[in-house]
Amino acid sequence: MSELRAQLREWRAAVDKRLPPWSSRGLAIFFIVIGIVLPFGFGSSSAFMNATIIALAYAVMSLGLNIVVGFAGLLDLGYVAFYALGAYSLGWFGSGFFFKAQIHVLVSAVASTLPGVHLNFILILIAAALICAAAGTVIGLPTLRLRGDYIAIVTLAFGEIIGDVAVNGQSVPVGGGMTLTAGNLGISAVDSPYFPGIGSFGLLDLRPWYWLIFAILLVVLFVNLRLRDSRLGRAWIALREDEVAAVSMGIPLVKTKLLAYAIGAAFGGMSGAFFGTYYTEVNAGQFQFGFSIFILAMVIIGGLGSIWGAVAGGLALGYINNYLIPDVLNTIPAKLGFNFQLTEVEFGIFGFLLVIMMVLRPQGLIPERRRRLELTAEIGAEDAQLAEAPPLPGGVT
Amino acid sequence: MAARPLAAVRRFFGRWGLIAALAALPVYYGISDLTHGYQAGYVAGHVVMHHDLSKLGFNFAVGLSNGAIWALIAIGYTLVYGIIELINFAHGDVFMIGSFSAVGLAATLGLGLTTGTLGLVGGLIVTLVITMLVTGSLNVLIERVAYRPLRSAPKLASLITAVGFSFILQNVGLLWRGGSPQSVPDLIHSQQTVFTIGGVPILRGYILAFAVMIPLVFALTWFINATRAGRAMRATAQDPEAARLMGINVNATISLTFLLGGMLAGAAGLVYALYETNIWYFQGFKAGLIAFTAAVMGGIGNVRGAVLGGLIIGVIQALSDSRLGPQWTEAVVFGYLIAIMVLRPRGLLGEETREAG
Repeated sequence: MSELRAQLREWRAAVDKRLPPWSSRGLAIFFIVIGIVLPFGFGSSSAFMNATIIALAYAVMSLGLNIVVGFAGLLDLGYVAFYALGAYSLGWFGSGFFFKAQIHVLVSAVASTLPGVHLNFILILIAAALICAAAGTVIGLPTLRLRGDYIAIVTLAFGEIIGDVAVNGQSVPVGGGMTLTAGNLGISAVDSPYFPGIGSFGLLDLRPWYWLIFAILLVVLFVNLRLRDSRLGRAWIALREDEVAAVSMGIPLVKTKLLAYAIGAAFGGMSGAFFGTYYTEVNAGQFQFGFSIFILAMVIIGGLGSIWGAVAGGLALGYINNYLIPDVLNTIPAKLGFNFQLTEVEFGIFGFLLVIMMVLRPQGLIPERRRRLELTAEIGAEDAQLAEAPPLPGGVT
Repeated sequence: MAARPLAAVRRFFGRWGLIAALAALPVYYGISDLTHGYQAGYVAGHVVMHHDLSKLGFNFAVGLSNGAIWALIAIGYTLVYGIIELINFAHGDVFMIGSFSAVGLAATLGLGLTTGTLGLVGGLIVTLVITMLVTGSLNVLIERVAYRPLRSAPKLASLITAVGFSFILQNVGLLWRGGSPQSVPDLIHSQQTVFTIGGVPILRGYILAFAVMIPLVFALTWFINATRAGRAMRATAQDPEAARLMGINVNATISLTFLLGGMLAGAAGLVYALYETNIWYFQGFKAGLIAFTAAVMGGIGNVRGAVLGGLIIGVIQALSDSRLGPQWTEAVVFGYLIAIMVLRPRGLLGEETREAG
């Protein structure tokens, strides 16, 4: 097995050597172009297109959670809070929900005649990111003295509290007969994104939605890649590996941890705002604990701390959840004579995937190099020896 | 010099802050009941106001008996956390499976509303024993499949498999009894008043909860303190490596811990089904979080602490249910959880641990 690995590594090194220096940039451009032209290959409102859009939005969330859990090593089980806050940012600032207000900024002609707060989608994205960053900081504060499982529990508790407030927000007045949320009735009739010169997005043609979320994903991906290689990114990894050593090396603990929470939350909020407008309503029933685990599963299955892993995990689970299970495999239990549909047990399937993944391949699909060494310490050490050992004289092995 | 008074303030809040936070609700509502009174019903179209503590006493009775159920579940969390420092997320769902199998067994044994008292008591004891065995072995199985292979991996890995198993068990429950709550025959007439103390009715359900909880907790404490296996458990909790060197079979001891935790969860499942008279697949998730809060509140790794925490959480829940409305109860409990984490991460009776220092 290790011989095979060494052989593969050798081949890969040889390939890497032959490639011109601009190859990685070229590859990136190639994938971006593929991503842009992809919608022309499918029906403009097909189920596959819908699943792709949702999968891309999941990938954005997965990238956000990866910063908290993967880079900084702070297990966050309440990520659904930021989905909720992002979606409610859209509900608050992009619909007639606050019907007493009359605020219109850069919105379509139709929306500018309606009561309520109507901001341009880009402004809502920024607002969602800021609100979530602030909430992330607040959630982070009580966990600063804690470690490991205790962080998980505090974040979980915050996520559940935000979910409860969303459900019960109908009875929380904010003045003028308006309430904080619409609870399980949902804030409906939210604005679809509008850009001057392009117009409003419709639900019959899903392509503009695709390009919008693809653009958001590219921005978030770029920020992630730059963050990983920045001073801050290295500080996160140092804290994750050994908190005491990192602090004694002069890394500011409070600032670094809170920035991880804030930035991770901001991405979740952006994706949440997109989901709000894409689903055309913001319903408190969406914000369940299961969603936090779903996003965490993406990060884990992709490979903790690995940016490409987070994207791959987000896309994979997005497609499994929104295409493979409901559209392709749903009737299989019925065909086998069982009395249930696969969509009913999707969380069981994810649970099973998590257990299998952790037992068989804890480092994930596309593991981060450092994490892989850590998780398979012995194999890693062996490989390192193989890779670094000087060739024996005479080629004797 | 500035640091020293700050540390003193912090120590002060660490010691008294949590106790003050816990006492706040009952004291506030007690005073409010005495001074402003509360609506005790209608007589001839007029609201009758009472100015006494019997409503508070009623809240306490409901809370303590619910708390007895949480205490049984919390002990499972605390034992497992004490020995392998893992939050066994699947534990709440083991409790749910306990409820389901208890109801199934009771029906299989033919226990119904018409069964005579002797037959009912005998049947319920048989049901209790079998349910405890089922959930105990289920918990051992989960440990064997999901946690033992990851013993040497980072702790995050086994926490994630725990969450995974929690979802698997929930879906087992979903397929077993469908997605909506199911009502259970009220075998013990749980809402029937047995006697009244100071205007507070004591219902059969309360008595059942304590009649199951107290002997089990005493048996467990005896087992941990007085038997060889219990001593092995304590040794493993203190230092697994040293315990291994002393000839203790660490894996068997951990399995035993999961067995005990699972058995108590099964007992809690039976009591819950008889007391609440309805069950559904999602009950375990909420119960698990509440019980975990209880375990943390009492000081994780400490059996007495788990019981104390369970009872306190039960009372908080009952107060919030009756005064603020049940829709806010969960948020109140989680608010307390966060307050504990900020004020006193080691809990009421706990020791300083590595994680929560």
